[in-house]
Amino acid sequence: MIRLFMQRKYLQFILLLVVFILLNQWIAPSETSFLWRLPPLIQAFPLFINDSISYLMFEWWPIEIYDPEIEEFEQKPLVSQFTRGISSIILFLIEFIRELMLGGVKTIVTFSSWDWATANPWARWPGLPWTVVAGGAAILGYSLGGRSLAILAGFSTSYIAVFGQWEPSMQTLSFVLVAAPVSVALGLTFGVWGFRNKRVEAVLNPLLNMAQIVPHFSYLIPVMVFFGIGDHAGAIATVIFATPPMVRLTLLGLKKLPPEVAESGVMSGCNNWQLLTKVLIPTARRDILIGVNQVIMQCLAMVVLASLIGAKGLGIDLLIALNRLRIGVAIEIGVCIVLIAIVLDRLSLAWANKQTDYFADLTFTQRNKYPLMFGAVFVIGIIFAYIGKFIFPEGFNYLYLVPHGKGISTAQFWQDGVDWIWDTFFYSLKGFNEWLIIEVLMPVKASYLAMPVAATFALAMGVGLIVGGIRTALTVGGFLLFIALTEWWDRALITAYLMSVSVIISGFTGIVIGTLCAQHPVSTRFILTYCDTFQTFPSFIYLIPVMMLFGVTDTSVLIAIVVYATIPALRYTVEGLLSVPEPLQDAGTMSGVSRLQRWLSIELPMSFPHIALGINQTVVFALSMVIIGAMIGTDDLGQLILGSLSDRNGVGDGLILGICVACIGLAIDQILRTWANQRKQALGLN
Amino acid sequence: MNPPMSMQNETSPSVEPVIRCDSVYKIFGDNAGSMLKKSHGIVDAAKFQEAGCIVGVNNASFDIHAGELLIIMGLSGSGKSTLLRCISRLTDATAGKIFIEGEDILTMNNKQLIELRRNKMGMVFQNFALLPHKTVLENIAFPLQVKGVSTQESVNRAKEMVDLVSLTGRENYFPRQLSGGQQQRVGIARSLVIEPDIWFLDEPFSALDPLIRKEMQDEFLRLQSVLHKTILFVTHDFDEALRLADRIAIMKDGIIEQLDTPANIVLNPATEYVRKFTEEVPREKVLKIESVMDEFDPTESMSDLKVQKDAIIETVAEVILNSSKPVTVIDELGHTVGVINASKIVHVLFGSHSNQKSEKLS
Repeated sequence: MIRLFMQRKYLQFILLLVVFILLNQWIAPSETSFLWRLPPLIQAFPLFINDSISYLMFEWWPIEIYDPEIEEFEQKPLVSQFTRGISSIILFLIEFIRELMLGGVKTIVTFSSWDWATANPWARWPGLPWTVVAGGAAILGYSLGGRSLAILAGFSTSYIAVFGQWEPSMQTLSFVLVAAPVSVALGLTFGVWGFRNKRVEAVLNPLLNMAQIVPHFSYLIPVMVFFGIGDHAGAIATVIFATPPMVRLTLLGLKKLPPEVAESGVMSGCNNWQLLTKVLIPTARRDILIGVNQVIMQCLAMVVLASLIGAKGLGIDLLIALNRLRIGVAIEIGVCIVLIAIVLDRLSLAWANKQTDYFADLTFTQRNKYPLMFGAVFVIGIIFAYIGKFIFPEGFNYLYLVPHGKGISTAQFWQDGVDWIWDTFFYSLKGFNEWLIIEVLMPVKASYLAMPVAATFALAMGVGLIVGGIRTALTVGGFLLFIALTEWWDRALITAYLMSVSVIISGFTGIVIGTLCAQHPVSTRFILTYCDTFQTFPSFIYLIPVMMLFGVTDTSVLIAIVVYATIPALRYTVEGLLSVPEPLQDAGTMSGVSRLQRWLSIELPMSFPHIALGINQTVVFALSMVIIGAMIGTDDLGQLILGSLSDRNGVGDGLILGICVACIGLAIDQILRTWANQRKQALGLN
Repeated sequence: MNPPMSMQNETSPSVEPVIRCDSVYKIFGDNAGSMLKKSHGIVDAAKFQEAGCIVGVNNASFDIHAGELLIIMGLSGSGKSTLLRCISRLTDATAGKIFIEGEDILTMNNKQLIELRRNKMGMVFQNFALLPHKTVLENIAFPLQVKGVSTQESVNRAKEMVDLVSLTGRENYFPRQLSGGQQQRVGIARSLVIEPDIWFLDEPFSALDPLIRKEMQDEFLRLQSVLHKTILFVTHDFDEALRLADRIAIMKDGIIEQLDTPANIVLNPATEYVRKFTEEVPREKVLKIESVMDEFDPTESMSDLKVQKDAIIETVAEVILNSSKPVTVIDELGHTVGVINASKIVHVLFGSHSNQKSEKLS
C-alpha cells in the first residue's frame, strides 16, 4: 500500500493538496502565531546594509588626495575616490562619442579649456551629419548581411533623423557604445577564467543564476550610492547587467569546443596564451559573438531603467511621456528604441554568423571597398550639409541635423487614434476591466493573502519533496524562509499572485498556440519570427498600449506581463515539439495514431522537459515585468523597490527586496528545473 | 602457453630507442594514485572499478626504434588512445616513466614540453582538428608561427608541404570547403611542417570513407618511404594495422596482449584474444616468404626459380604452386637463405590454423 503510494506521484500530489487545504482551514489569522506569519527576524538587515555602505563610502581608509582647486592635500576615503575615478573615465568615454555623433566643441578641446575654443572658432569640430551616419549604417549592414540588412539599417537611421529624435537617439547610442564593449571585455575575462579554473566556475554559476533573476531595479540603488547620478551611473548599472550573459555564453562556447581542437593547439606547441587567443577563442567565435549580441540587447533593455539614475537619451523622454499619458509621443519614442534594438540585434547576429573570407588575392579597391564606400558617403554627406547651409539660411539645417522635436511627427495621429479607441470602446473596456478585477483578480489576491505561512511552506516544500526529494524541498524552503523573515511577506504574496495568474495564462496560451503553429512549417516560421522580433523589444514597451486601454490597474500589469511572458512559452513549445526524434514519429505513424493520440502520447511527453524549461523562462520574464509594472502602480514588492530608489537610505531596503524577488524566482526555478531534468533522464534525452 | 606479452627487438639493442615506456600506468579517478601505490603494480580492473577508478593503461612497457612504424591496435576502451596521449603528454600518466630520446618527459616542466612539441613532435587527429577560421596554408603554417618563425618563411615552408600532400591549388580554401580526405591531408601537412622526428597519428583515417581510406593509406606509405619518421599510429582496424605496420601492439583493457611483427602475430598469436583477430586474416596478403620457408637442403634437387625472402606470399604464390620442384629463396644480395615448396604454400593458405596441427604436418 505504502509502496503504491510512493510510486504514484499523483497520489502524493492529492495528499499534499488535502494537507494544504486543511492547514488553511485550521490556522486563523493572528498577530502572534508563528504558523500564520513568521516574525520579521531580518528586519534589521537593511539598516545594517545601509550603515556598512555609508561607512565604506564615506569613512573607511582615508587617503591623501591632492585637490588642485584649493591646492592642498585632503583626506578622502579610498572607496569613494576609486569609484569617482571609474565614473570619470566612463563619463569621458560617453561624452567623447556623443561629441563625435552630435558635434560640438569639446572634441578637440577636451584637453584644453573652454576659453581657447571660444576664441578660436576653427577649432570647433562639428558632429557627423545624419546623412553620413545613415549611409554608414547602410554600408555596415551591406557588408555584414547583404541588401536587406543595408536597407533596414539605412531606413531606421533615416527614420530616427527625420522624426526629430536624432539627439536623444545618439545620446542613447553613445551610452550603449560604451557600456557594451566594457561588458564584453569583462564577460570574456570571467568566462575564460571560469573555463580554465573549475573552482572559479563553481563560484560563478550560482552568481550567474542569481544575476538572471534579481530584478534590474535592485542594482540601481547601490550603483547610485557608489557612483552618484548621471550617464556614467546608468552605464555602470547596465554593465553589471549585461556582463552575466556574456560570461555564460563565453563559458558555453569554450566548453562546446571538441577537445581535439585544443589538443591540436597544444601539440602544435602553443603556450597557454597562444592557445587561448589563436585557437580557442577564434574557434568559439560564434557563441562569443552571440554573447556580444545578448550584451547589446541587455543594454537597450536597460535604457529606461538607466534613465532613472540620470542617463540622458530616449529613456528619460519615454518615461516622461508615459507619466504624462502622452501616448502618441510615447509610441514614437518606443518605435525609435525598437528600431535601434532591431538594427543592432540583426547587425550583431549577422556578424556572429559571418564566415571568414579569403581576400589577399583581390585588388586594392576590392579589398577596401567598404572603407572606400564610407569615404564616398562621408564626402557626399558633408557636401549636402554644406549646401543645406545655403538652402536653410535662417532656420535649422535639416541636411545636417534635425533638431529634437522639430522633425515630422506622427504623435498627434497616434494620440488621436488613442483618443478614438478610448471614446469608442470606453464602456466595454471599462466593463471588462471591472469584471476582471472584481471577479478574478481580487478574489485570487485575497486568497493568497489568507494563506497562513505554514500552509505556503507546506505546499511549496511538499511539491519540492515530491518532485526532487529532500534536497529540493530544503532548497525551496530556504528561499522562502528568507522572504518570510523579512517584513515584506505579504507584499511578496501579492507579487506571487500577480505572477502566478499571468504565468498560468501565458503558459496555457503559449502551449496551445505553439502546438497549433507547430503543425505546419509556414506557421512555425511565422511564430518563431514573431518571437524573435518581440523579444528584441525592451519589456517596458508593452506598458504603453495597456496603459492606454486600461489605465493604472492590476489589469494593465497583468496583460502586459501576459503578452511579454507568452513569448518564451510559445518558442519553447514550438522548438520542443519540432525536436521529437523522427524515428519516434515514424513509429507512431506506422502504429496508426490519430492526430490527438500523437499529440498526447508522443509529442507532449517527449517535448515536456523542453516545455518545462520554457515555463521556467516564462516565470523569469513574468517576474521581471512585475517589477516594471510597479511603474504603473501596484502595491507589491515592485512598488517598494521603486520607492526605495528615491530614498537616500533606501540601499539596504532595495537590495533585500531585490533578493526577495529573486528568491521567488529561484524557488520556482529549482522545482521546474529538477522536474525537467528528471523527465529528460527518464526519457533518455541526455 | 605463451606469456601475454612478447617483445622482439628487431635492431641491435645498443642503439637507443627513440621512445621507451617503462611500466606506464594510467588510471582515471580521484584516488587513482593512492590505489595504484597500494596495489604494488598488480592492477585488477574489477577491484579498481569498485573503488571508482577506471583503468586506462595497465603496465605498458615497450620501445620504439628510429624509423620504425609501431601501430597500437585495439577496440574501443582498450586504452590505445590513452596510451598515445600519455606518450604525447596530453594527459599525465599515473605512474611509470616515458623516455623520449633519453629524457623522461614525465619530469619535464611546461616550457620544456613546449620546446619538445615545437621541434620534435607532430600529431594527426581523428577528426582533423583544423582551425576553421584559417585557410589551408595558414593552418599548415600554424605550428611555425607559434614557434616564432617569420610569416614569409612559414608560408614558404607551408607551400612545400602543400605540394608534398598533393593539395596544390587549394592553398586558399577554408576547411569547410574541403572533403574529409583533403582535410586530413591538411592535418598531415600541418603535423609535418616542423620536420618532427616523432610522428603521432590518432586514428587518422577512421573518419573517412573506405575508398578514401585506402587512398590515404597508400599516400601514408609513400610519405613514410620518403621521410622515414619514427611513428606511433593508433587504429582499431586490424587490416590497416597489418598493411602499414613494422610492428603491432594489440591492446585489450589497458594491457598489451602482444607486441610483434604482423607476420609473427598472424603465425603465432599469443593469446586467445589475438587469435580471434588473426583467424580471418587472408594469410597470403600479409605473410612474407621468409616466415614460412624451410631450411635449405643442398641434397634436394631444386627448380631454377628463385623468390625473394621479403616477397609477400600472394605475389609469388602462383609461381611456386606451378613449380613441381622446391623453389630457392634468396635475400637482397642473392644469397640462398631457404627453400619453399608448393605443399607448404597450400598448407599455410588453406590448412587449419592452430599451432599444434601445423607442427604435426610440416
